[in-house]
Amino acid sequence: MSDFRYAVNVLPKSGILDPQGRAVELSLPHLHVTNVSKVRIGRRAELTVTAESEPEARAVVDGLAKELLSNPLIEAYTVELLVPQP
Amino acid sequence: MRIGVVTFPGSNSDVDSLNALAVAGVEPVSLWHESPDLKGVSGVILPGGFAYGDYIRAGVIARFSPVMGGVKEFAAAGGLVLGICNGFQVLAEAGLVPGALLRNRSLRFAGRLVNIKPDRLDSPFTRSANGAPMRVPVAHGEGCYYADEAMLDELEANGQVLFRYVHEDGTPALDPDEPANPNGSLRAIAGVCNSAGNVAGLMPHPERMSEAILGTDGGMQVVRSLIESAREWEAAGRPVAAPKTKVEAGR
Repeated sequence: MSDFRYAVNVLPKSGILDPQGRAVELSLPHLHVTNVSKVRIGRRAELTVTAESEPEARAVVDGLAKELLSNPLIEAYTVELLVPQP
Repeated sequence: MRIGVVTFPGSNSDVDSLNALAVAGVEPVSLWHESPDLKGVSGVILPGGFAYGDYIRAGVIARFSPVMGGVKEFAAAGGLVLGICNGFQVLAEAGLVPGALLRNRSLRFAGRLVNIKPDRLDSPFTRSANGAPMRVPVAHGEGCYYADEAMLDELEANGQVLFRYVHEDGTPALDPDEPANPNGSLRAIAGVCNSAGNVAGLMPHPERMSEAILGTDGGMQVVRSLIESAREWEAAGRPVAAPKTKVEAGR
């Protein structure tokens, strides 16, 4: 058995109103920033899975991402395998 | 007649719901989130609040609690389930009613009185309503009803839209930025039901308008509808509700 560490990044699907992203955009002029647009705000989860293989571990993460960490109706997610720092 | 009210950790409108049932003259039954046993009730209310702290997304952690196993079975067997506010969010996350509830368009918590109107008076949750706008409170941060255009069209065609936010004259508050629409809900949708019609969710709180001393008892139209339908369901020997279509939640 090995430990595999993942990050799951969840963002609102394109076309879904993202009021947090909009609020951040509205604050940009106060920071004198004029060349930033299309802000989307989501969430990130990092987790460790103990499994026989990486594909087995990834299947667990995929299941959690679909069922718990995101709502497929409104959000899209990506999974990244985190490589331990030496 | 016994109607159950689920208490999740973080529920806060469970007591209001139990009280509204008592006012209507039925026996309110408390149901605990850790047990799938619905104690033989004839209908279930999932109340408002902040179940499991609303972590990740409102309603999603409650979806996996033991009681929801019992609620899912009850709903599949034709039992009547009404989710109010956070209860609506739980039902949507569980895939028991279609759509999703997004952060309010204003980014503000909406806590005030609004007007809603039943879209139809022949549903199990609106049959005792008089059809006029009802003044009821909202109290939520994530109540912006969302489904994609194709699903919205299908919901309307199937009669699955039960309530809309309206102006005082009863016209729907279709512009998501107007104050009569407290959260930016698409097509002013305040409440929907599943395709079989026996599971419904709505964001406003009819159970908090249950007695004249609270301002009006107009919300009892919804509570009484649920009770009458549950009574009829029991008298008919608990028939299974047949889904009319396949349109359900995204899950």
